[in-house]
Amino acid sequence: MTKRIVIVGGGTGGTIVANLLARNLYRQLISGQVVINMITDKEDHIYQPGFLYVVFDKVRPDEIVRKQKDLIDPHVNLIVDPAVKIDRDNNIVITKSGREFSYDYLVVATGSRIVPENIPGLKEGAHQFYDLEGAKKLRDTLRGFDGGRIAVTIGVPHKCPVAPLELTFMLYDYFKQKGMLNKVELYYTYPINRLHALEPVSNWTVPQFESKGIKYETLFNMEEIDPAKKVVRTMEGSELNYDLLVAIPPHKGSQVVIDSGMGPEGWVQTDKRLLKNEKYNNVYVIGDTTDIPISKAGSTAHFQADVVAERLSSEILEGAASTEYDGKVVCFVETGFEEATYVWFNYNTPPNPAPPSRMLHWMKLGYNRLYWLSARGIL
Amino acid sequence: MTNVKIDKTIDARGSACPGPLMELIKTIKSVEVGTVIELLSSEKGTTVDAPAWIKKVGHEFIGIKDGDGYWSIIVKKIK
Repeated sequence: MTKRIVIVGGGTGGTIVANLLARNLYRQLISGQVVINMITDKEDHIYQPGFLYVVFDKVRPDEIVRKQKDLIDPHVNLIVDPAVKIDRDNNIVITKSGREFSYDYLVVATGSRIVPENIPGLKEGAHQFYDLEGAKKLRDTLRGFDGGRIAVTIGVPHKCPVAPLELTFMLYDYFKQKGMLNKVELYYTYPINRLHALEPVSNWTVPQFESKGIKYETLFNMEEIDPAKKVVRTMEGSELNYDLLVAIPPHKGSQVVIDSGMGPEGWVQTDKRLLKNEKYNNVYVIGDTTDIPISKAGSTAHFQADVVAERLSSEILEGAASTEYDGKVVCFVETGFEEATYVWFNYNTPPNPAPPSRMLHWMKLGYNRLYWLSARGIL
Repeated sequence: MTNVKIDKTIDARGSACPGPLMELIKTIKSVEVGTVIELLSSEKGTTVDAPAWIKKVGHEFIGIKDGDGYWSIIVKKIK
């Protein structure tokens, strides 16, 4: 009897799972014993870490976009039609156009989205670089910026926790190259009581900021923005004036998850090692969609996709699976235009950042190109 | 404190990034006023950081319980 796999979501996690499964289950796909349907709401696949480079004109927007159909193994059925309902009790996914896809196994990889509207004034008063349009708009604004305070603020929750830090370091080098450091004040803020969630990264950042004259404030959680007065007000009771505000909006999970009763904020309950949804043994969850207290990042989705593809392949081919997710995350961290560091950690091993170097920066630039091999399940 | 009814538990044990306090901030923004939250953390620093933040933003810090290799920080959202 044919086994049907449905993958909802065509981002990093969903795409890697689809391509790895297509390789592992090649014979079964050819013979019709297995069918893989990928349901996604977008025709394009965007390499989101590239937004940071778009801001500084280091990458052109079209370099970080590919057609999803060009990334997916031809044995996977690609359905570009947003999922609007996931019925786990009846093993069916329903799309916007009304099509129904039944499944034996489901992978929920619907990701996260920015919700600037959740903080009053944010949409009107702030720039962001967490989507392509925002990155291009910030790039254009920076080109014409003639001086003043640039504040970086961060909503909770947010994905790619190192990106705001990278942006700040790159802003410094950007204005240094333009000979404008005497006209620009960089002011970085962070929601908790240090400069980054990872304590070693935070400890390394403090002297870096102080030597560069980058000001900072911690325990800073945006409550509202007053775009007319150019003021950020916080939950903690402080106020910050700005000339240019770059605010990472808070994030939320996808609407289909919320509408399907799988999690009010769009995050789905997920076993941190098996990556399965509680009570539904045939439902896997990966990437930003999970409620696991771990970084929402492409790297997380990538390593979880490896695990889910292995588990699903074993379940179908062998009847059982033993591979588990150990919490692995790897992040490059740009520390300016010339150098980078990286961190890796898992549930049991704390991070220990490498000393920043040009080599790591080049590796990061290299990975920006190699990503398309990762998406195809090759790297 | 032993009689406090927990409405929501955040198991942030082993969470290096974003870490227990960020998980608490995320959760407290999304729940109703009056909700009692239990934050589980295997990071000793959370026993100082979380109460400091809770008091700064004006929620009710109920207390801390020692577990086996972890701590349970209990807070009530009051505004």
